[in-house]
Amino acid sequence: MQNYLIEIFGSEIVAYILATVPVLAFIVLFVLFAVWLERKVSAHMQDRLGPMRVGWHGVLQTLADFLKLLQKEDIIATANDKALFNIAPYVVFVTTLATFTMLPFTSIFIGSNADVGIFFVLAFSGAVVAGILMAGWASNNKYSLYGSLRSAAQIVSYEIPTALVVLTMIMLYGTMSLGEITIAQTSHFWNWGIFGGPELGLAKILLVPFMFVAFIILFISTLAESNRTPFDLPESESELVAGFNTEYSGIKFSMFFLSEFANMFLIGSILVIFFFGGYNSPFGYLGNLLGIEWLIPIEQLLWFLGKGMFFVFVDMWLRWTLPRVRVDQLMTICWKYLIPYAFFNLLIVGLILLI
Amino acid sequence: MIKNYFKNTWEGLYTILIGMKITWKHLFVPSVTLQYPEERAKLPERARNRLFLNYNDCIGCMQCAAACPVNCIEIETVKGIPTDMPDPTSKGQKKALWVTKFDIDEGKCCFCQLCVAPCPTEAIYMTDIYEYSEFDRDNLVYNFASLTKEEVQQKQDNFDKFQAEKEAQKLEAAKAKAEADAKKAAEEKAKLEVKPSNDEKKED
Ligand code: SF4
Ligand code: SF4
Repeated sequence: MQNYLIEIFGSEIVAYILATVPVLAFIVLFVLFAVWLERKVSAHMQDRLGPMRVGWHGVLQTLADFLKLLQKEDIIATANDKALFNIAPYVVFVTTLATFTMLPFTSIFIGSNADVGIFFVLAFSGAVVAGILMAGWASNNKYSLYGSLRSAAQIVSYEIPTALVVLTMIMLYGTMSLGEITIAQTSHFWNWGIFGGPELGLAKILLVPFMFVAFIILFISTLAESNRTPFDLPESESELVAGFNTEYSGIKFSMFFLSEFANMFLIGSILVIFFFGGYNSPFGYLGNLLGIEWLIPIEQLLWFLGKGMFFVFVDMWLRWTLPRVRVDQLMTICWKYLIPYAFFNLLIVGLILLI
Repeated sequence: MIKNYFKNTWEGLYTILIGMKITWKHLFVPSVTLQYPEERAKLPERARNRLFLNYNDCIGCMQCAAACPVNCIEIETVKGIPTDMPDPTSKGQKKALWVTKFDIDEGKCCFCQLCVAPCPTEAIYMTDIYEYSEFDRDNLVYNFASLTKEEVQQKQDNFDKFQAEKEAQKLEAAKAKAEADAKKAAEEKAKLEVKPSNDEKKED
């Protein structure tokens, strides 16, 4: 993609800037859609209707809300630490956006097929915590500070099970590049990570239950990292007003909002890439069948988005099912349950892979 | 100990699945809410909402005002005179009073319906209108009396005149009566004066 653009424009900088445009556009469109979906899902799960006025079943409601947010006054209190306060939303948003560069949307559109792919994603989603801490601290508001400290504790704790599971998967695939991990799962759905990956024979059968455990652990810990219910302690409206983003308004608030939803898609796509074959179709491609080359990437994109959206939906589903966990429960889940499981899983998968 | 650990894990996951099953089912339950201005809930037959007075049927007996626990009904009446009586009610009951003021402060009303029961003519009753919010609180005071100010004044004057006439008549009558009484008394006195002499005569 970049090489192609560099050839056209003859300038690397222009090409790189242009290459981010589709991703950015995708994130904004996705968030508009996901917020609407969230409202609809939550409403229907509570036997309500949700937004119904703007457009068909309220599809344009989020757009209207977004326009309203843009017009809002950008309030900065006198006691805020201005520099940090202003930078924080951008740090959060940019780090989230940066992780999207590693995602293989299709076999031809991948921001950067770097060898350190998943490592980069983990590092940058961990860096979000810096932005959140900045926001909480610079707001000079005790609720914001509580929210951001909780967020820091939570993200740092849940990095560990995430990293352990990711290590397991890296052992299985033998690469950290997300593009190559996806390629390893091509051709049939029994090559997908959840079914033991590209291994063959006895090892594959032995791997399946452990892959399943790994999937559950990764799902829970990434959910916690994206600060979604039942792990939304940093925002917990009922105790902390809105946590770290209490003091923000207008466009800066929407930046936090945008990155929260972008994060949801990110964790969904990480799960998809590791366990559900990334952009690979489980049934082969219509493009191959009809002999139309250019159809394949489009199909791949649809599969990738579809699978990612499914996990976004599961996130929402969980959100409207479970109450928020307490802080001590949060830590118990992480340190007493997820980490030991992830650790033993790592050892056992290692042993299976050796034989 | 270790058994408990696995049991906890299993229960944690299993109960989440139960919860998810419930929410999944509710995803397909038809919505219980209504799209309000377009759809409205059907009110029960005897729903109590905005109070209404059928002014033409009110005989001004003030039973409703007396029954109201929050004093939100204010009534003023003027007696009718024989030459200018209000029309009878729709059911033919005779009216003796002009109802010059009948205000209900709907903002105070607590919808207890206590005012409806005592009304002898069923003039006051609850309707099914519930959307009557106002920007100004004073607009919630509903004036049901349909007489204009001049009319009220006229009725009052009529009554005063009638009363004055009556008073005059009464005075005259009283005067006449007093005269008659005086006459009578004088006669009595005269009689009395006569009587003792008779008695004396008798005694003698
Ligand atoms: S309904 Fe109750 S409160 Fe309202 S006017 Fe009648 S008696 Fe008064
Ligand atoms: S009780 Fe009925 S007739 Fe009597 S004053 Fe009230 S509304 Fe009029």
